[in-house]
Amino acid sequence: MTARIGIVVFPGSNRDIDAVNAIEVVGAEPVALWHESATLDGVDAIILPGGFAYGDYLRAGVIARFSPVMRAISAFAADGGLVLGICNGFQVLTEAHLLPGALLRNRGLRFVSRQIRLVPERLDTPFTRAIGKRRPLRMPVAHGEGCFYADAATLDELERDGQVLFRYAHEDGAAADETGDPANPNGSLRAIAGVMNAAGNVAGLMPHPETAVEAILGSDDGLGIIRSFVDSAAARATEGEPLAVGGR
Amino acid sequence: MTMVEPAPRMVEEPLHRRLGVTDDELDAIRDRLGGRDPNDLELAMFSVMWSEHCSYKSSKPLLRTLPTAGQGVVAGPGENAGVISIGDGLAVAFKIESHNHPSAVEPYQGAATGVGGILRDIFTMGARPIAVLDALRFGDPASVRTRHLVDGVVHGVGGYGNCVGVPTVGGELVFDPTYEGNPLVNVMAIGLLEERLLTLAAAPGPGNLAVLFGSTTGRDGIGGASVLASATFTDDDPSKRPSVQIGDPFAEKLLIEASLELIERALVEGLQDLGAGGITCATSETADRAGTGIRIDLDAIPRREPGMEPFEVLISESQERMLAVIRPDRWEQVRAVCDRWGLPVAIIGTVTDDGDITVVEGDRELARIPAAALTSDAIVHARVATPPPHLRSAPAPGAPETPTGGLPERGMDPGAVLLALIGSANLASRRPVFEQYDSTVQANTVAGPGHGAAVLRIKGTTKALVATTDANQSVGALDPWLGAVLSVAEATRNVSITGARPLGVTNCLNYGDPTRPEAFWQLTEAVRGLGDACRALGVPVTGGNVSLYNESSAGAIAPTPEIRVVGRLDDVARLVGPAFVTEGDVIVLVGEATPGLAGSQYAALAGVAVEDRPPSIDLAREVAVQAFVRESAERGLLASAQDVSGGGLAVALAECAIWADDDHGLGARIRLPVANSPAVDLFGESPSRLVVSARPRHIPALVLLARQHGLPVEELGVVGGERLVIELAGAGATGAAEERGSRVADALEVPLAGLRHAWDTGLSRALGWEAS
Repeated sequence: MTARIGIVVFPGSNRDIDAVNAIEVVGAEPVALWHESATLDGVDAIILPGGFAYGDYLRAGVIARFSPVMRAISAFAADGGLVLGICNGFQVLTEAHLLPGALLRNRGLRFVSRQIRLVPERLDTPFTRAIGKRRPLRMPVAHGEGCFYADAATLDELERDGQVLFRYAHEDGAAADETGDPANPNGSLRAIAGVMNAAGNVAGLMPHPETAVEAILGSDDGLGIIRSFVDSAAARATEGEPLAVGGR
Repeated sequence: MTMVEPAPRMVEEPLHRRLGVTDDELDAIRDRLGGRDPNDLELAMFSVMWSEHCSYKSSKPLLRTLPTAGQGVVAGPGENAGVISIGDGLAVAFKIESHNHPSAVEPYQGAATGVGGILRDIFTMGARPIAVLDALRFGDPASVRTRHLVDGVVHGVGGYGNCVGVPTVGGELVFDPTYEGNPLVNVMAIGLLEERLLTLAAAPGPGNLAVLFGSTTGRDGIGGASVLASATFTDDDPSKRPSVQIGDPFAEKLLIEASLELIERALVEGLQDLGAGGITCATSETADRAGTGIRIDLDAIPRREPGMEPFEVLISESQERMLAVIRPDRWEQVRAVCDRWGLPVAIIGTVTDDGDITVVEGDRELARIPAAALTSDAIVHARVATPPPHLRSAPAPGAPETPTGGLPERGMDPGAVLLALIGSANLASRRPVFEQYDSTVQANTVAGPGHGAAVLRIKGTTKALVATTDANQSVGALDPWLGAVLSVAEATRNVSITGARPLGVTNCLNYGDPTRPEAFWQLTEAVRGLGDACRALGVPVTGGNVSLYNESSAGAIAPTPEIRVVGRLDDVARLVGPAFVTEGDVIVLVGEATPGLAGSQYAALAGVAVEDRPPSIDLAREVAVQAFVRESAERGLLASAQDVSGGGLAVALAECAIWADDDHGLGARIRLPVANSPAVDLFGESPSRLVVSARPRHIPALVLLARQHGLPVEELGVVGGERLVIELAGAGATGAAEERGSRVADALEVPLAGLRHAWDTGLSRALGWEAS
């Protein structure tokens, strides 16, 4: 069956266009979810897209977490539903405490829009299992507040529990450094580009796999992530397959 | 006759002069009001609408000479944006606007509101904005003021464009001392629409409602500076706030979605954005286009603050506002859409059949002016144009050039010159700037900023749009006709080398004070050049913007005809890029160098006064070059195609090399016959030349095709290796070196790594930015 993927539309979302395109490219059905909606229209999984929800004048994601749709999404996630936050969506998920850590202003203090490479840390999650083999994936970043931050104990915990999903990397796949390395576009601690929750059903990343799904746009390396997500959603919908992956 | 001088006394300037209205213009206003004097409010409305910015009163007679008809043109000059059909029921809307003076005063907000304003021009017509290109021009990159302006403008463009979710896919960044006191910020937006949704800015149907939605109206951006200055002389008066508008990209994003939803659901009869001139401009333009009038109920206009004077409300340039003309029975639906997007909305007036813009407050009529008097029947001035004595008049197209001596070439090391050029502030990579702009949002960007033309695929089709921007101010300063012609030639050529066909031109003419005969002559010559070039190349002018009074205490800017071209590529799979592709491909030069180094980057680098003339252009040759390259692309003969422009052939080859293989680079070995002099052949910027590469088996067909188009064609060398090697061949080379007494070999050999480093770091170095 075709998975129905809910794509949240906050006032100020703008990569919802990209997310809709990516979901269509992999043959699933995108469903717009308005921010004032208290229900989720029975979707199989949810993407929180990029953009500037409610303008983000105060701090990225800080207002969005209070929207009606986020209450519904919290319940959906608590019930094991799959949620993927991309860029602004990642920021919203950390503000809503559905994901650990915080996203600070880029260390360079400037917005950064460029092609980067990221490497999946794990290939056995609902967000990465269709990637195939561990290799650097090329896709764009475009953000002003993408520096992943958590205290050292939390970072140790995330690494120990296998919650680090992606790291920024060089072309050869070597992880980027924390500072002074153009391969790490925002100075994220331990070059972390994406994380998931302990239950393994909520994930967020700053780069844009949904914009890298067609070779004509420079890269289709994002397909593995989008496919993983959609396949996992479909599997959960049809078979009730347990999604959560445990720690390592 | 009296012999008595009037007694000296404090004479206050009459109001009209303080508002920037001349005595002659006041007479013309009386004519249009049936002989009566305007009241103060009416005068304020006229002063804004008859400003150069709104009325084009100096440039209108010139602009009428431009070719505007062309295949597929759905809307041309006079509308908010030009619209051209591209098939499949789709059309492209595009327009350019300047925000020079606001950016000079407050660079962040000036640039940000420039982006906001041009986006509104696009979605007003029913098109979703899909791309922004911005051309920025500043003075010396080492000066404190320039660095402040660059930082503010770049942040402003990014801060606004990134938030509204429209990718910035290209543009220009040019440094020239002439812009030190008067930077240029010219922003272009491109939109895509279903042709059936094309919406015009008209107010038809007496009895219909005028509805204002979006932000509320405040005192920010009150009209011309003259109004501001005249309002009061006390320091603490709120009306002394700067006349720069404040942008709110989040409100703009909501405005885009709400406007497109209103159009999609066919709820509006007409739609107009509020820009310069605010409510006065939007109501008078829409009424005049429909031959109607609008009665404005002043009290109904939602305000941002209490105590605003009627003139402030009517000419406020508060951002992110739209005027919709709707049928009365659709009000509830329109209100529901605006409510959903969280936008204030109010009925502020009614369409009438009397042709007047009437302003009422309660029962009182405050103003009544024929809509036409404010817009289509505004005053037009016949300005005087006089060429400056030290400049020749423009040559007839194709007139032969007199070869003159070039720059001193003694001791010139061509490799060192190439490195200096490609690392110079004007030719180095723009990456440090464009990385601050989201260039990929909306998932259409095939080629973003950095490597020539921007390319955007059109979802659901095989087609792509190609957009370029070029302006040649260096030549424009020497010969404004030629500067405009070269700008059009380069911008269209940059579309053609991708394989796309140029569809239309929009332009932003940045010139000086039109009441100065020399400045007006420059504008006159530029418009003549623009028309000549567009007619020759068969590309219509679908709109544009004229920015005058670009002068500061340091003098006028170099005349800058900013040309933007949008082209259509039918099969995006056939897109040809500028970079070399495969080792072993053969490199071919199409066209030939002609003498003249004036106006070139080489001349600027050498820092010496150049006595000779800039290279001219043969428009028939230019047409042939573009036809040739499009046909070659169509037939699949090309691996790459790059035009020769800033920095000349050597820089073009270096770019093809370092951009290759996803910026990893591919070298080349070149043997260049010297026809003029090493400097002219390597670094001259004569137009109508291309560097193309192709598989060896395609070379015979390519050469034949070039000859069929009457073009000189020369095999230069082969792609490969990790160095760019250019040997100079022929009598002009070795002999010249001996003659110069130069110990430098007549060859240039630079490792790609060195070229790349110079190119990558040049801009950050020039601006004093830390490399990132």
